[in-house]
Amino acid sequence: MKTADDTQPLWRRRRLPAFGRLATLLGASIVVTAFVVAIFAPYLTPYDPFAQDLNLRLVPPVWMESSHAAHLLGTDQIGRDYLSRLIYGTRISLLIGVLTVITSGLIGVTIGIVGGFYGGRVDALVMFLITCRLSIPLILVALTVVALVGSSLTVVILTLGLLLWERFAVVARTTTMQVRNLDYIAAAQAAGASRAHVLVREVLPNIASHLVVVATLEMALAILLEAALSFLGLGVPQPLPSWGLMIAEAKEYMFFSPWVIVTPGVALFILVLGINLLGDGLRDMLRTDLRHRGW
Amino acid sequence: MTHAIEVRNVYREFQQRSAAGRVRSAVHAVDGVTFSLAAGNVLGIVGESGCGKSTLARLILGLLPPSSGEALVDGRSLAHMDRRERARLIQPVFQDPFASLNPRQRVRDIVGLPLASQGDLTKRQQTDRIMEMLARVGISTEMADRFPGQLSGGQRQRVAIARALVLHPRIVVCDEPTSALDVSVQAQILNLLSDLRRELGLTYLFISHNLAVVEHIATEVAVMYLGRFVEHAPTQDLFRRPMHPYTQALLASVLTPEPALGIPDVGLGDAYPDPTDIPLGCRFHPRCPKALSECRTLVPDNIRKDGRLVECLLAAST
Repeated sequence: MKTADDTQPLWRRRRLPAFGRLATLLGASIVVTAFVVAIFAPYLTPYDPFAQDLNLRLVPPVWMESSHAAHLLGTDQIGRDYLSRLIYGTRISLLIGVLTVITSGLIGVTIGIVGGFYGGRVDALVMFLITCRLSIPLILVALTVVALVGSSLTVVILTLGLLLWERFAVVARTTTMQVRNLDYIAAAQAAGASRAHVLVREVLPNIASHLVVVATLEMALAILLEAALSFLGLGVPQPLPSWGLMIAEAKEYMFFSPWVIVTPGVALFILVLGINLLGDGLRDMLRTDLRHRGW
Repeated sequence: MTHAIEVRNVYREFQQRSAAGRVRSAVHAVDGVTFSLAAGNVLGIVGESGCGKSTLARLILGLLPPSSGEALVDGRSLAHMDRRERARLIQPVFQDPFASLNPRQRVRDIVGLPLASQGDLTKRQQTDRIMEMLARVGISTEMADRFPGQLSGGQRQRVAIARALVLHPRIVVCDEPTSALDVSVQAQILNLLSDLRRELGLTYLFISHNLAVVEHIATEVAVMYLGRFVEHAPTQDLFRRPMHPYTQALLASVLTPEPALGIPDVGLGDAYPDPTDIPLGCRFHPRCPKALSECRTLVPDNIRKDGRLVECLLAAST
């Protein structure tokens, strides 16, 4: 089908609609800001996030009455600076997001590529594994593991990483099936390339752009799940400043000091929104890219 | 003269299974092909789409295991060689240079893959061989760092040829190497292939549906119909005096530049050959304008005449 878009010069085609571009840019800047904040956290925080000051408990943020100019976002129930804790919380969230995506990506992409490439019985096994994984209730398993092993950052990352691979596997499998019958795969095999070379150097780079989109979605999901687990008291242990944990600790004070629960909630919302907007933008860019490659 | 390649009774069928795993029907894509080709020759394989040409190419390249039969190079079976040894003997050039080059790799890595896979050359030696081969196919050195997307169709096919020849193989299987290209570029690529064959002493299997191209490049021609060679003869003999009625129809179907003549009527009718249901007797008889009643029951197997193979009862009797 010929659309008006096809008549545009090539450099214009990749452009998204104005609103979509704005949203993608917004998402990208949120994510970049979050990473910068997480990396340079020690230089950005005005206070030690673990230092308590029982004289200054539940100080409201600066725009409210009876606030302290020194504590921009106020303090929590035992007088720790809220802004400092929020900044260190970015570290926890991103650390969990990135490491979970790396773990689950390695598992899912390996399984998916192998199943999609070899087909037949191997693929039947892969589909069985994916179906099994889909039938496992995520939160319940995570709760059980944490209850049995005890909660620590490593346990949370490993549990989520070992559970969140199925979308990687599904996408890697279907895209590999599209690629495997192309002639450059046959040419590489005829050239005497090893199986590992064919899968890693010929197939993987050609499906990578799809996997990047999955990675953003999974990262947002992992961050939300960590917050949920921490809220339930089974995620990151105290006194680490995780956003989920901050919300959990704040829930007793929410009627008289609502900002203690609103602040980490808004931070979580903005970060996940940013990651999702970026993922959507990448997906749309990829779709235009694919359309013009004649797929 | 020694045979560069020998193909013995190769069969390949594809089974279509129902959901329960029972065999529903079998496609006999290659149904008993036997031939041998002397070193330095070019065998053109022609036939309409779906006749099994490309499957035959994949079988010979070892990309697909045959159901039975074998392909031998130097008297040794390709199926029993390891991938490196096979790559040194036989290489493919595919039809569509837009699909046969990995869009995410640079030209130098694409051409260098066969060398890298051998694993016995240093990076320096590989680069020298790559550059030498690129120069030979007419690709300038500065294009070595480009991606396939930055090249034209003709340039891409040159890169694909360089990849096929960088190991100096004995045999090159060209699967319609020009049919995806512009007419003006087709001639250049054909001439390049001819020159390289002479300089490097290559043997080609040249698959095409374009009879003019085959007549130009091949020393002998095999006509394929429903998975079998129905006629195999030296190029000149075949084009001057086609013996099989199918070959005659194919040659008659070539369009003339005279518009008033229109599309030639070759008398084959509209029946399309179905590889899941190959007719009894002569496989061509339902479409043959000269079929006799015996053709429905007798299989015209392996009939040789005047140094050529013709699978037709008529040829046997005259």
